[in-house]
Amino acid sequence: MGNRFGAKTTLLPDAGPGDIVLVHAGFAIQIIAEEEAKKTWQLIAEIDEFSDTQNRVSG
Amino acid sequence: MLERIYKAQQMMDGACKALGRQINIMEVCGTHTVSIFRNGIRTVLPKAIKLLSGPGCPVCVTDQSYIDIVLELAQRDDCIIATYGDMIRVPGGAGSLETRKSTADVRVVLSSEDALQLAKDNPDKTVVFIAVGFETTAPATAVVIKEAAERDIENFCVLSGHKLVVPAMRALLSEKNDRIDAFLCPGHVAVIIGYGAFGQIVDEFSRPCVVAGFEPMQIIEGLGEIARQLGEGRAELGSVYTAAVTEEGNTVAQRLIAECFDCADGYWRGLGEIKKSTLKVKDKFEQFDAFRRFDVTETPTEDTSGCRCGEVLCGLIEPSQCRLFAAACTPETPVGPCMVSSEGVCAAWFKYSRRKEKRK
Repeated sequence: MGNRFGAKTTLLPDAGPGDIVLVHAGFAIQIIAEEEAKKTWQLIAEIDEFSDTQNRVSG
Repeated sequence: MLERIYKAQQMMDGACKALGRQINIMEVCGTHTVSIFRNGIRTVLPKAIKLLSGPGCPVCVTDQSYIDIVLELAQRDDCIIATYGDMIRVPGGAGSLETRKSTADVRVVLSSEDALQLAKDNPDKTVVFIAVGFETTAPATAVVIKEAAERDIENFCVLSGHKLVVPAMRALLSEKNDRIDAFLCPGHVAVIIGYGAFGQIVDEFSRPCVVAGFEPMQIIEGLGEIARQLGEGRAELGSVYTAAVTEEGNTVAQRLIAECFDCADGYWRGLGEIKKSTLKVKDKFEQFDAFRRFDVTETPTEDTSGCRCGEVLCGLIEPSQCRLFAAACTPETPVGPCMVSSEGVCAAWFKYSRRKEKRK
């Protein structure tokens, strides 16, 4: 899922390998808890599913 | 998901009933503006709730005199202009970076680090980083100012156009538009400054301030929380962006901003001069300050184009009330900054709302 690119951790010195981070203008600015990140991913998946259903109904 | 939307809608209906008048909620973030339009959020709100798009897009609030300085520096043979992409097409008094491309060396960068790298790669030129943005991008600029100082990279400097969100919200309520009932506060700015920073607005003006992220559900729930407060006659500080925002924010980033910048009075397009609302490079780093290196200053001039971006940014008019909108001013031929930036209010209206209006 998503893109692959480098980001600096200067603003987030506690971040380490395996962490999920929020990136803004090339810099990681916050660590996101895996559970919270999962909620967002799940919501995105739900929205995708929902719009698929809508398309089928209207199409 | 639908249950959560219904719940927020119930709150909004409740607030409309309790207040019995139009409720004006302003978002102060370009990414919110785009998300609201792209996801059709206005269509799920009660008619009495009006969303105003405030001064939340960095390009839109940058004064024309700043753009004119950028264009002036771009004319110099000894300079490379390094800029975030959305500044390229913003018109100054005469032309934009895009129209100067044939004669000027303009490079689009994705981060401040890329700009510093340009300086390392081009030792015979001075790289001027066009540093615009709010508290979210200011720390990234601070990082490269410090790095340039530590590594003695003399051919690098920044033209700081950085701005602070809270002073603008205060200026809006105290001078420009006191009909704003509540603010939907910017998520990424809050990641840096902490949601606690918006407490000043709640305390001084008794307006609900709620931080939300950028997913449509976040925005709807943020609006629901605002509506709950308004319906109950309260004004509180809140955040529905619990995944990323803490009360105190990113203190490493805050320290970097404080280390490299001083708060200074400064000009905003459409809002005029706002006290202590901009970030100026500290004296300690003056050799990396493009204003001082090239001895240039911002001197605001009257805009004679007829552009009403200023009133749009204050939530006083909607883009379609400007006579230039969709006529002389389109995304192809933008007159004002709100039409240039993909995060601009006018651009969002043009892209998402115009068709609906035509159909009426």
